[in-house]
Amino acid sequence: MLVFVLQRLWQAIVVILAMSVLVFCGVYAVGNPIDVLISPDATQDIRAAVIAQYGLDLPLWQQYLGFLGRLIQGDFGHSFVYNMPVSDLILSRLPATLELTLTAVMFASLVGIPIGIYAGYRPHSPVSRAIMAVSILGFSVPTFWFGLMLIMLFAVQCGCMPAGGRGETLDLFGVPFSFLTLDGMQHLLLPALNLALFKFSLMIRLARAGTREVMLSDTVKFARAAGLSEFTVLSRHVLRLISIPLVTVFGLELGSTLAFAVVTETIFSWPGLGKLIIDSITSLDRPVMVAYLMLVALLFIVINLVVDLAYALLDPRLRKGRA
Amino acid sequence: MRETTPLSRFLSEFSSNRTAAIAAVVVLLIVAIAILAPLVAPQDPYDLANLVLRDARRPPGYVGTQGYVHWLGTDSQGRDLLSAIIYGLRISLEMGVIAGGIAFLIGAFVGTSAAYVGGRFESLIMRIIDLQLSFPAILLAFVIAAMLGQGRYQLIMALIFAQYAYFARTAHGAASAERQKDYVEAALSVPLSHTRVVLKHILPNSLPPLIVVGTVQVASAISLEATLSFLGVGLPPTEPSLGMLIANGFQYLLSGRYWISIYPGIALILFIVSLNLVGDQIRDQLNPRLRR
Repeated sequence: MLVFVLQRLWQAIVVILAMSVLVFCGVYAVGNPIDVLISPDATQDIRAAVIAQYGLDLPLWQQYLGFLGRLIQGDFGHSFVYNMPVSDLILSRLPATLELTLTAVMFASLVGIPIGIYAGYRPHSPVSRAIMAVSILGFSVPTFWFGLMLIMLFAVQCGCMPAGGRGETLDLFGVPFSFLTLDGMQHLLLPALNLALFKFSLMIRLARAGTREVMLSDTVKFARAAGLSEFTVLSRHVLRLISIPLVTVFGLELGSTLAFAVVTETIFSWPGLGKLIIDSITSLDRPVMVAYLMLVALLFIVINLVVDLAYALLDPRLRKGRA
Repeated sequence: MRETTPLSRFLSEFSSNRTAAIAAVVVLLIVAIAILAPLVAPQDPYDLANLVLRDARRPPGYVGTQGYVHWLGTDSQGRDLLSAIIYGLRISLEMGVIAGGIAFLIGAFVGTSAAYVGGRFESLIMRIIDLQLSFPAILLAFVIAAMLGQGRYQLIMALIFAQYAYFARTAHGAASAERQKDYVEAALSVPLSHTRVVLKHILPNSLPPLIVVGTVQVASAISLEATLSFLGVGLPPTEPSLGMLIANGFQYLLSGRYWISIYPGIALILFIVSLNLVGDQIRDQLNPRLRR
């Protein structure tokens, strides 16, 4: 098990290094950040001073090495636009995004999985067919359009929900959160629902497909023969057996939910990372773009690692095979 | 008795699922409308001579100054929304098919050759593909589109980059199964050249799963394109796809002028849902485990 963990960690480090080169080259090779920083009628002296300050006159590889060195020290550079350290900027936006993402994924799993198990348990009932129709729709409707619909129905037509922003927040350990106040929860509801739709459909599908297969297995036959109630069979045995693909997807989707948060945050003007990256792309604020991409890459690598380890814990066969 | 070919069997089984059959008809209809846009649309929405500012933002059913009914209303510049949607569908479809098609070719080539060559080459390529698949397509497309800037070629490249990995993974899976089979051994011992074995023997046999992925990926390319255009990193405003139409209507949504955003969205969803239903049905039919 230890060898396996170390091996995985080593792989993760190589991948992060490769990503840092790709991201850096990709972002710095296009466009000219000097034009963004300095107004066209600035004097040559100001120009030179700014170029020297940001190290933009050095060759690309030196810029990269400097970037990597600072990265290891946790220094992501200075935002061109906000004129503050990127790490502070990102840290100030991170809680909002995490709050939104976690709420959405929790909702999708806690509601989606039981519904999916039911649909797999009674695959031919009208309710199950309706559930599947909803899930197909959930797959096909683009996130941004569903968000527009939510705003139109709940914010414009009935006026019972706010259309954007975080609402009133309350500090927990010095970090503002929306879910602690009633007003904040109202603001959180629509964006979270919007973000959850796709995962929700996915969870339903996976749980249904898994349940359909497991219901035919000997495990279920024996559990029934032992006189267990149907509820116990489903919650104790079926849920456990279908949990492996669900955990994988839960982990991977946590990352992709963060990616889709860009869309949801734009629509609901939720002041999180996604809104930050959109703004930094339009203003060519490179340090922020690089830091965001590195952060997301890191997040994905950590998630993949955790999912692999969770696999090993859930499935004894894998544990033995890999140790 | 009529001769039954595999194709006719496939078609009759396909049409026995009524939902899928209807979806297929809808897909064909939308494709036809998109291709014939100049003939079908009541107005050429991009001919500036047709635009009358007094007609802007009128609700559905409004009779414009040019004397015909705007069934779905008009947008902020007085365009007939129905015509704008038809032309927008054309652009969206074009993007989806071009990007999906090129991604299909690249992915099939990469995946099949990795499976055929094997060894270190295979593990390196598949490691890269898996790494790429662990990032969501929307994020990749978004980053590429943001780095390359606005424009149709930039967008197509972003979509291809985000999607080819799905084809490569599928092609790799199918091709490595085919690689083990005796007919490949036989073809190689004739001997036929490697290129010929890959292109004429392995690839055609790996096609069915690729076709399934293809329908789904065209749908997702269209959806991605709409999302990127909505976020402002996709097509330039001179090429208003459905995503752009929806984005333009967003600001009017809050003031109650729902139709500018809603109808393009409905057209988009109808198309994507139908494509997905068709893809689902083909997948079920090709999956022997689900056959009873």
